[in-house]
Parts: sequence; C-alpha cells; structure tokens
Amino acid sequence: MCKGVAAMSETLSAWQLITSGDATLFSIVRLSLAVSLTASAIAVIVGLPLGALLALTRFPGRWVIIVILNGFMGLPPVVVGLTVYLLLSRSGPLGELGLLFTPSAMVIAQSLLVLPIIAALTRQTIEDLWLEYREELTAIGVGPIGRIATLLWDGRFSLVTALLAGFGRAAAEVGTVMIVGGNIDGFTRTMTTTIALETSKGNLPLAMGLGVILIALILMVNAAAWGVRFWSERRAG
Amino acid sequence: MRAASSDLPLVFDDVSLMAGDTIILDRISLAITPGAPTLIVGPNGSGKTSLLRLCMGLAAPSKGTVSWGGRTHSPGTRRAILFQKPVMLRRSAAANVAYGLAQAGCPRSLRARRTEELLDRVGLLPLASRPARRLSGGEQQRLALARALARDPEILLLDEPTASLDPSATRFVEEIILAAAQSGTKIVMSSHDLGQVRRLARDVFFLVRGRVCEHADAARFLDHPSTPEAAAFVRGELVL
Repeated sequence: MCKGVAAMSETLSAWQLITSGDATLFSIVRLSLAVSLTASAIAVIVGLPLGALLALTRFPGRWVIIVILNGFMGLPPVVVGLTVYLLLSRSGPLGELGLLFTPSAMVIAQSLLVLPIIAALTRQTIEDLWLEYREELTAIGVGPIGRIATLLWDGRFSLVTALLAGFGRAAAEVGTVMIVGGNIDGFTRTMTTTIALETSKGNLPLAMGLGVILIALILMVNAAAWGVRFWSERRAG
Repeated sequence: MRAASSDLPLVFDDVSLMAGDTIILDRISLAITPGAPTLIVGPNGSGKTSLLRLCMGLAAPSKGTVSWGGRTHSPGTRRAILFQKPVMLRRSAAANVAYGLAQAGCPRSLRARRTEELLDRVGLLPLASRPARRLSGGEQQRLALARALARDPEILLLDEPTASLDPSATRFVEEIILAAAQSGTKIVMSSHDLGQVRRLARDVFFLVRGRVCEHADAARFLDHPSTPEAAAFVRGELVL
C-alpha cells in the first residue's frame, strides 16, 4: 500500500517535470533522438544496399555471412560498446580522432548495433520479393542496379518495419552509449543512461519521467510510420 | 523506334531442353515467320511454357540452337513476353506501364503521354491511378499486356493469357492481341482452347510431351488433323 502511493507520487512528479518543459530534460531528449536517428539513418544507408546485394548475389560462403548477419541482430550492446571503446580509446587504432566520449562515438557504436538488423531484414525481404519478380524483371531486361532499386522500392512497406526495429533497438539500448559516451552531464547524457544513473541514485521521479517520455517517443515514431504506410499502401497497393 | 535488323524468322534447330534427367522439349525444329498469330497448342505439361521461354531467350536450350533473324545471340529488346501469371509491381497501374516504358528506353519527356496511350489501348485509362494489385484478374492481364506493348515488340509471346478469364474478359484481351497483330507485331501464343485457335490463329504448332506432333494452318489443324493425337485433341478427348 505504502509502496503504491510512493510510485503514484513519483509518476506524478515525473509528469510535472515533463509538463514544466525542464531545459535539462529537453536537452537530454534531444541528444537521445539525434544520436539514435543519425545512427539509424547511417545503418539504413549502408544496410539497405548491403542487404539487397546479399539477396541478389550468389557466391561461395554466402551462407556464412547470412548466418553471421542474422546472429548479429542480437549483438550484446555492451560488447559493441567495448569494441568501439577499444578502437577509439587514446591508444587504439582510431584514437587520434579523439572521438571517445563524444556523441559521434555514440552514433558510431549505435550504427554498428543497428546495421545487422537493417541488413538482415532487408536481405530476407528482398530475397522473397526477388523470387516473385525474377522472371518478369529478367524478361523486361532490368540490369543489376535497376533490380536493386526496383526491389527496394517495391519492398518499401516491409522495409519500414525493418527500419523501425532498428530505430527501436538504438533508442532503447543503454550499454553502448554508456561505455563510449561516458554519460557526461550536458554532453553525452541520453535518456537511457540518465534513467540508469538516476535510478541508482534513488532519484526515481526523473528516471520515471524519462521512461515515460522514451516510450511515448517510440510509440509516436511507430504511429507515424504506420500512418505513412497505411496512406501509401492505399495509394500504391 | 525499331532497329533495322529483325528477330524474325525465329528458328529452332533440333532444340532439346532438359531439367535434370527429365526431357521437357525433345528435338524440336520449327520456324516462326512474320504474319498473323502463331499458336502453340497442347495439353498441360506438353512444354508450351518452356517453348515460349526459349523463344524469349530466358532459357538456353540443352541441345540445338535457337536463332532470331539468323542470329543465335539477340538481346531481348525487340521481344516481350506475357507470363500466365504476370507480376504486378507494387505501384499504380500507370506506374507499371511507365516502368516498362523506362526499361524500353522511352525518354522521360514522352513517358506520361505514352503511358496514357497504352492504358487507353487496353481500356484501363480510368483506372490509371489504382494500385495494380487491386485490379481484377482480367484487368491485371490487360495491364500486363500494356506493359509488354510498351516495349514496342516485334515478337509478342503470350503464355495462355486468357486461361483464367471469363468470356467477356477473354474477348477484351483477344481484341487487344488482334489489334497488335494487325499493327505488325508477330504474336506467338500458347493455348489449349480450340475456340481461341479458330478465332486467332494463322498456323498451329501442336505439342505433345515435348515434341511438335503437328504443324499446320489453323483451319487444316482443326478440320483435318493429320496425326491421331491431334485428331483426338480436336475431338475434345483427353490427350495425355
């Protein structure tokens, strides 16, 4: 009973924090979105053509790459974080760039986390579609690049789902951004790292408030994607 | 838009096609010449679809040669094929035709007008913005025809284009095919519908179990078939 009341009041003060438009809160939300969206965009730019290429080509050892890619969809964020940390740390091969503990490092790490999801789901979508389209496109005389473009465009409704899965992964994870970002106040602090920090400090209202905002944002992005899909499917089938 | 060299006559010289150990087409020699439609007739599994795929150049013969206008290698730019179940791109009807035009090298500035003309030709202009996959079976078949005609083909190969259509949709498709034939496109079409043979064909290749059993003018094939298999087929008996 007592616990229930405490949780209620924490949710309430979290809500007050949101509605009062707290500046710190706002900058944390903005950084989180910027990092996850940029990482997703990079993963899409690399992952869509990569997945399509893998779907349309046949070479020895192809299945190995597919198995690795599918397996990497469940890559542990902390391991990716650690790897990127080692690459970017002062004594690491990319240490001279001075990127460790910056938002750029977080974008790099999250891109690596999202890339396998986008590439693997794209590969599956495009390969299924290709089975259906192969004869027709061959008969029309469509070249390799035209095939990839056609299949990506005609698979766009399924690919939106892959994109959402990738973005959801980036927005929700805490392990990589904590390790390579360092959770520096006002610089690399994101919603998930703040939730982890504030929870351990016992500042539950802020943690709770951020949790609510994070879930709301993810739902909003998904609702928007659903809306676009519904609207365009009605137009283009 | 047509190149000077012709894909006709389309000649099969002792062509066989194997799938593993199975013989699909067995030592076929034939010539498809310019003029009114040629129909490939025969029961299911006789090799009609495989024959059309070889005509298109989508498959290579296991033995023998296929040549187009005397050339054994000919890019398929002057040929078009309509599959029995054509693939509708996940786009509007108009975009499906525009896609065919773009692949045929039609300049962007002419595409919108040509798309309209082609849709009008197959009676789909009012449905131009409709998603292609939401069209009925007959409408999809006509749209696929428009997309094939977008290539301005010298040879149009059709694989049982009316097999799953009702009589009125069939008539619509046949009218489009006849119009194309009259404007100089060579029609090569498979069918197992004898009424259709009578309505459309100049000459008939009768295929049984991967072999050309008989080649004759349509009227002669229908009224005086010279082989027992063809006679049985024309009588409406089941030829296996």
